[in-house]
Amino acid sequence: MTFLWAFLVGGVICLIGQFLLDVVKLTPAHTMSSLVVAGAVLDGVGLYDPLIKFAGAGATVPITSFGNALVHGAMAEAEKSGLVGVITGIFEVTSAGISSAIVFGFLVALVFRPKG
Amino acid sequence: MADQKKKKLTLTQQEYQELAKRHEPARPLARNFLRAFLVGGVICLIGQGIQEMFIHFFDFTEKTAGNPTVAVLIFLSALLTGLGWYDRIAQWAGAGTSVPVTGFANSITSAALEHRSEGFVLGVGGNMFKLAGSVIVFGVASAFVIGLIKTLIKMGG
Repeated sequence: MTFLWAFLVGGVICLIGQFLLDVVKLTPAHTMSSLVVAGAVLDGVGLYDPLIKFAGAGATVPITSFGNALVHGAMAEAEKSGLVGVITGIFEVTSAGISSAIVFGFLVALVFRPKG
Repeated sequence: MADQKKKKLTLTQQEYQELAKRHEPARPLARNFLRAFLVGGVICLIGQGIQEMFIHFFDFTEKTAGNPTVAVLIFLSALLTGLGWYDRIAQWAGAGTSVPVTGFANSITSAALEHRSEGFVLGVGGNMFKLAGSVIVFGVASAFVIGLIKTLIKMGG
């Protein structure tokens, strides 16, 4: 069942992205930034976690979960060490995504040549 | 914003923009939406599959399986970008490929590849985040504000 919801919810988030591109006529960078901020705000008001529970990868794979994970890291660390934690913890959860994107991106640039 | 920009243009430029707007081909909205929905959904479905695999075969819990799943998706996306396949799918799928985390990896990898000829430090290193940078900057800035507000509320209450 989670598979169906993952497909549907993930699809709808991408559909919203396409809507922002085609109808609101944002640039791709504006669209992605808006979605990330939306994810952070949704987590701020406590709505993103229920969505992840419900849709699994449908909520964790789209870029909105990046904003959600940033807030999560900041909050987890803030609970332990107070206000400073907001700064020190912000990348804690997203480290996997950012690090692997840098490492694999760099490796690919070493191995491959750009295709016309 | 758009109106402000318009005021700075000369009359001929305004006329040209009107003309260009009239001849801009209508975007096939229904088709684009359907493709974005289908491809985005399938990528999340693949993500769910990888996540289940990590839970069942490698003893991850539902919470800890998220990170390796994202790493695998990013690896696949970087590889497909290097082979030149991801961009071909992206042409077809629009936001369906750019909204999932694979699109984030694709923007980093393609920027790295594109600037390879300028050298590894100035080209690859300096340009890698050219497209993905705005996502990180706005994500972190908004997360900081939200984290700050939530922490202050918790401290006060």
